[in-house]
Amino acid sequence: MNVADAGETPVIELRGVTRILQETVPVTLVHDIDLIIQRGEFVSVTGPSGSGKSSLLYLLGLLDLPTRGQVLIDGVDTSGYSSDRLADVRLAKLGFVFQFHFLLPEFTVLQNVTLPMIRLGRLDEKAIRERGMALLRDFEIDDQARKRPDQLSGGQRQRVAVARALANDPAVILADEPTGNLDTRNSEIVQGIFADLAAAQGRTVIAVTHDQDFASSAPRNVHLIDGRIDSDVRR
Amino acid sequence: MFWGVSMGIAAAQLRYRRRQTIVSTLGVALGVGFFVATSALMSGSEKDMVQRLLDNAPHITVKDEFRAAAPQPVFIAFPEGAIALSSTKPREYLRGIKNHGAKVEELSRQPGVVAEAALMGQAIIRYASKDASAGIAGVDPEKERFLTTIESDMQQGSLMRLRTSSQGIVIGQGMAVRLGLSMDDLATVVSPTGLVRRMKVVGIFRTGNLLLDEGQAYMLIKDAQVLLDKPFIANRIRIKIADPDTAEDIAAQLESRWGYRTESWQEVNRDFLGLFIIRNTITYSIVGAIMAVASFGIFNIISTVVMEKRRDIAILMSMGFRAGDIERIFLVQGVFVGMIGMVFGWMLGLVLLQMLGSVEISVPGLMDTQKLPLEKGPFQFGVGGLFALVSAVAAAWFPARKAAQVRPVDIIRGAT
Repeated sequence: MNVADAGETPVIELRGVTRILQETVPVTLVHDIDLIIQRGEFVSVTGPSGSGKSSLLYLLGLLDLPTRGQVLIDGVDTSGYSSDRLADVRLAKLGFVFQFHFLLPEFTVLQNVTLPMIRLGRLDEKAIRERGMALLRDFEIDDQARKRPDQLSGGQRQRVAVARALANDPAVILADEPTGNLDTRNSEIVQGIFADLAAAQGRTVIAVTHDQDFASSAPRNVHLIDGRIDSDVRR
Repeated sequence: MFWGVSMGIAAAQLRYRRRQTIVSTLGVALGVGFFVATSALMSGSEKDMVQRLLDNAPHITVKDEFRAAAPQPVFIAFPEGAIALSSTKPREYLRGIKNHGAKVEELSRQPGVVAEAALMGQAIIRYASKDASAGIAGVDPEKERFLTTIESDMQQGSLMRLRTSSQGIVIGQGMAVRLGLSMDDLATVVSPTGLVRRMKVVGIFRTGNLLLDEGQAYMLIKDAQVLLDKPFIANRIRIKIADPDTAEDIAAQLESRWGYRTESWQEVNRDFLGLFIIRNTITYSIVGAIMAVASFGIFNIISTVVMEKRRDIAILMSMGFRAGDIERIFLVQGVFVGMIGMVFGWMLGLVLLQMLGSVEISVPGLMDTQKLPLEKGPFQFGVGGLFALVSAVAAAWFPARKAAQVRPVDIIRGAT
């Protein structure tokens, strides 16, 4: 199903990943998925509602654990990692953008963006502020830095969320319907940002979307049906 | 660094919900404040009462009695024997502590010890055709000054005048009023053996204790010995020691050595001291209930916040915050509320103590008003503060653990 690119270690690899939700009637969210994502790829994940695209994203992002199978990050199997260790991997290597911005209402825009950096503790206070401002500048929202999230428009908030996802310079950006809650114009802006992240900055971007326009802007598209990969197309 | 960011988030959330924070902090502050005030009042009054007990009476009293009747010699000779004795006639013996002079002298040699041989008995005091029965205490005025506070309770005359006047007697004010006696009057004292003596009132005291004021009379021990027809006899050795807390042990030692029933002040006042325990239990359970209510308040607020903040928790976790970081965020809020509450509680406590300290109460039977006895020690503040912190942390603990158990996927899946 997948092309095994020999030589280079894939940034994320799924091996026979199955996720079953243990309810009164067990629900299989994704079934026996093998997927290799290389560094710098921009992958869109599509599929009808309930096809397991979000579940797949959470598994890729170590937010959820597979019932069976393995998730490898930079070639290292993460099965058996403690939840703290998984959190550390997320902190340093992965960045999330969700349909809803999920910004913390108590903090200013700048504070929201710098939070992951403070938690990582790799930079000093001054450098963290500078990097935070630089990220906001990249998305043309540096003039909003002192405002609180509820004073921003939807498009601005989503850009702050993207800036926050990029805070610790992660190799992979995982996005779950990032344009799902935006109007056309803002959708286009965010879409552009994602394309740029992959093309210009060489980051791996994996975006779940039902927006055909957005999906087709990605060079690779994974289509899911009923928790299985229906097609995996590179353009 | 990790602590720093958790504290930052905690502080931001507290600031964001300023009103709830203030309310829960006030709850803790009230608890601490009232704890400090009631505890100061309770332990103050307890100390005050114990001090009165210690001042008003000797620490240890040796009596010319035995705790148990002496066993019949036949029982000592045949401890295993099947012996029964009935209708034995108890031996009459001369009451009094044998060789009391030597005993008192020996006790007095110990540092910080005041010992006095005294003779206690009963008599009737008669004046102007009126009778009053009185407990007679034959004492040594020099030593009595140290043993009880009677000397400082004198309204007229003094205990020391017993030595300078012959046949002197010191009575309480209650009795003086009842019999119409005043200073330097000659009262008739009738002993149970029928002896009648005329004695001069050389002092009138008022302790505030009705029993003493109406029914106690003091005289020199030699006068009492004559009156009660017990020459050279003392039936009490009254002892004051340096450290009242050791009275029980010393009393036990003396009793096992001399055989006489020896009572410490703790033994005499056992009921009274038992009351303190009950009183303290009641007080501290009420104050504890205040703190419990305050900590339920904290629990309630932090639980609500955890419920409200599930999305934020989820996003923080997806960002790479560990479960421990999340737990800390909410635990810190509890600690913070506890600490601020503690400080405000201390201030409230100080204000309450100031107010209580200015209250003047008049005790029935006493003319002069009294201030409430308060103990403003570090103990009250320390325990109150500790109480606040422990209950705040305990209250925050459960919701914080709950927050740490949030599974981000569940929240994010539900939201999108």
